[in-house]
Amino acid sequence: MPAGLYIHIPFCQKKCGYCNFYSVTSLALIREFITALYKEMELYRRTFDSVPFDTIYLGGGSPSVLSAKQIQEILNHVRNTFDFAADSEITIEINPGDIDLLYLQDLRGLGINRINIGVQSFNENILKFLVRRHSRQAALDAVAAAKRAGFDNIGIDLIYGIPGQAMTVWMETLNAVLSFMPEHLSCYQLTIEPDTPLGKKSAEGEFVLPDNDMQYDFFMKTSEILEAAGYVHYEVSNFAKDMDRASRHNQKYWDHTPYLGLGPAAHSFQDNQRWWNHQSLERYLENLKVGTPPVEDSETLTNEQLQLETLLLGLRTKKGINLERYKERFGRDLLKEKSNVIADLDKAGLIKIENGCLRPTPAGLAVADSLSLI
Amino acid sequence: MDNIRNFSIIAHIDHGKSTLADRLIQYTGVVTDRMFKDQILDNMDIERERGITIKSQAISLPYKAKNGKSYTLNLIDTPGHVDFSYEVSRSLASCEGVLLVIDAAQGVQAQTLANLYMAMEHDLTVIPVINKIDLPSADVDRVLEQMASELDIDPDEHLKCSAKEGIGIEEILEAICERIPPPKGDSDSPLAALIFDAHYDAFRGTIINCRVFDGKLKNGDIIRFMFNKATYKVEEVGHFRITREKRDAISAGEVGYIIAGLKTVSDVHIGDTITLDNRPCAKPLPGFKEVKPVVFASIYPIASDDYEDLATSLEKFKLNDASFVYEKDSSAALGQGFRCGFLGLLHLDIVQERLEREYDLSIILSVPSVCYRFTLKDKSIVDIDNPTHYPDPSSIDKSEEPYIRASMMLPERYLGAVMKLCMDKRGVNSNMHYLSPGRVELTYEMPLAEVIYDFYDRFKSVTQGYGSFDYDLIDYRESNLALMDILVNGIKVDALSQIVHRERARARALLACDRLKEEIPRQMFKIAIQGAIGGEIIARSTITPFRKDVIAKCYGGDITRKRKLLEKQKKGKKRMKMIGNVSIPQSAFLAVLKSDTD
Repeated sequence: MPAGLYIHIPFCQKKCGYCNFYSVTSLALIREFITALYKEMELYRRTFDSVPFDTIYLGGGSPSVLSAKQIQEILNHVRNTFDFAADSEITIEINPGDIDLLYLQDLRGLGINRINIGVQSFNENILKFLVRRHSRQAALDAVAAAKRAGFDNIGIDLIYGIPGQAMTVWMETLNAVLSFMPEHLSCYQLTIEPDTPLGKKSAEGEFVLPDNDMQYDFFMKTSEILEAAGYVHYEVSNFAKDMDRASRHNQKYWDHTPYLGLGPAAHSFQDNQRWWNHQSLERYLENLKVGTPPVEDSETLTNEQLQLETLLLGLRTKKGINLERYKERFGRDLLKEKSNVIADLDKAGLIKIENGCLRPTPAGLAVADSLSLI
Repeated sequence: MDNIRNFSIIAHIDHGKSTLADRLIQYTGVVTDRMFKDQILDNMDIERERGITIKSQAISLPYKAKNGKSYTLNLIDTPGHVDFSYEVSRSLASCEGVLLVIDAAQGVQAQTLANLYMAMEHDLTVIPVINKIDLPSADVDRVLEQMASELDIDPDEHLKCSAKEGIGIEEILEAICERIPPPKGDSDSPLAALIFDAHYDAFRGTIINCRVFDGKLKNGDIIRFMFNKATYKVEEVGHFRITREKRDAISAGEVGYIIAGLKTVSDVHIGDTITLDNRPCAKPLPGFKEVKPVVFASIYPIASDDYEDLATSLEKFKLNDASFVYEKDSSAALGQGFRCGFLGLLHLDIVQERLEREYDLSIILSVPSVCYRFTLKDKSIVDIDNPTHYPDPSSIDKSEEPYIRASMMLPERYLGAVMKLCMDKRGVNSNMHYLSPGRVELTYEMPLAEVIYDFYDRFKSVTQGYGSFDYDLIDYRESNLALMDILVNGIKVDALSQIVHRERARARALLACDRLKEEIPRQMFKIAIQGAIGGEIIARSTITPFRKDVIAKCYGGDITRKRKLLEKQKKGKKRMKMIGNVSIPQSAFLAVLKSDTD
């Protein structure tokens, strides 16, 4: 399987209330960052010399704070450094508040063939609660602009399970998004991360998240509605019009395909090794200035850890775990070893065996974390 | 011999016995202040945390009195809990006098009385010491009144001190020299030495603490234990002075230690008499009793891989605790384990805590049981301390259970609540008398099983800590018993089975079901918990499954973090016991034992 390339653009106009991805708002450092990024690519040129890639994912942060020209430069550099398949999937994440039609047209012109729009909600109150800096209208405009710019693989990110959010409010947002029928949808249940503005508010007791049963209802309703609309619920939070439209890049994370992550806080994986960069633009720049890899730490996964990851990642996907491949890889027959639990989970409607795979049902996806501990 | 004083300190729990011992040690200078570790006689963490002394010890203190004479004061420490009353009696038998410590704020309590009676049985000189006089709540006058009315002690004899502040220590040491008589005995008579304690030393084996009443004991002597007739060659004798100090001999009147190549403390019986094999004394010293456990429970490792470790740990543990007995046991639900006997619930708690803390084991304890007696239809009699061995109900002709006499002291205002509690606990034949206006002594005869269940906690709670409690086993009485089982998703968890009084079965089963419901975390499927007698379900509760636990995002940067979380959970799960597909945490097993009032 060809590898994936991830580039973390650690800049945002403004931080959103819930987000704990690494980013800074000092946009003046963009130039310096791009220079450092080139150096980082150079450091990996040799190691990944013989590795073919077939995805590029520009994430962040907000890659859309970069100018189309800067993105062009980066893509050119990447293409000159690593070996990409002709039909590579090239994704960019954009914030509706950053862009206009012209910009999107430029991106399309650079060969970017997949666009992921951070809409989050079509409800003004919720956008405010999440501290998004765009309006409902800007989100609608962005989706329309992406279509007009010629993108035929559009992904939209949404968040649900907001404190106080009624099911009907979430249904409205889902209905709104279904009127575009984007090729891809990510519906994330709101997770409160401690080191975020929302995390602090939550700790101070300013709001309460929906309870476990309510979360389950949101999750299942989302799955039912989108499946009925023709989407494949292919991962816990991800839906695709058909499996060709599933994120090729993200799937690499879930089956231990190698990936190289560039930029601050980016993670990489290859041959049982995982390493990650400093979650600090300052240290990232410093390190690369003197030609040191900006790696904060790394781990070599033991066989046992690889097994656990295989379960935890595989059971997050509709595809599930290929039992034969699991046996080949780890020498363990899950079906035999765990026959009792698997039978009980099957009876409880959480898991099924299909085409030699151990597959979670939608209700099983909702408890995928626990499933991986069977 | 004239300059030797052998004494103990006795007190109700928490009245400051160990602190006073520390001060005496410190004052006589056997340790420098820098070396001084608080409560030096309580050298186990658990003892220090709980403020009680489990194993008694002895220490020789040199003291130069005001009269110019030099004395050797042998302080024999005693355990401070009802579970260990036999050990206390053997320590007292080794003394000529006691310091009876009474908390100036709390006054006379049940164990003050119980200990005093014991001291009086041994004809000991009693020096009453009122401790904690520095406390704002100290009420010395009230304590003096209680001494006169409840203890029948002349209040003029009392001494006042604050062991914590080091006040009044010298006066106590002087009183020990003046009032306590020197030991009597004849060094030329045949050896008679009383064993009052033994402990295990990894290098030297069992170290025996004894009081020599007659005769003389020196290195190389062949000694004989009068109870089991075993003989050993003495390797070393000496005194304790924080550390062991070797001597050529110990003789009549003295307190000291013996090392004689004994491998375990189980080879030694507390209260036994040591004599010389070639010149034995005519009869053993009085008061010997074989200590028998009264509370039984099974111990299982949480991870069955830990079985061997548990076996080794119990073996090591047993080296130092002769009153702890165990044998192999196995449970259909929990696998291989051990059936253990304890002197009481506190003893059980201590063993459990030490196994977890010192031996780093995760264990599950079955519901503690007393020893029941069944007369079967074929007239045979069986003693059952393990619910798994409960006889076939159709074969039982008569069931009996052990009874105790509980004696309680409490302020009158709690009388109603305590009587209600005792009746709840099937108490009968109550007796009450006023110790002084406002204070009563109450006795009840109660099934031991009720007392070990949750009596003590509830008694403490209804008397708001002002009540004190002591008990003696009295006899076996006929009772209507039944075996109650707990089922988790249809699987019987035999470690939770209990032998109960039939009328209490339903309430006990309901409580167990509720407790388990609280303690067993929600899982992916529904869990049914049932209480049953035979095939009849008498109580049930249900744990609804959780339905959502998955994190929303799991991309490149989230995987390691997520995996680490799951690794931790997996470890936690290993600390749970799997019954079928249900993971049951250790806390759930413990919760079933707890009272319904906490």
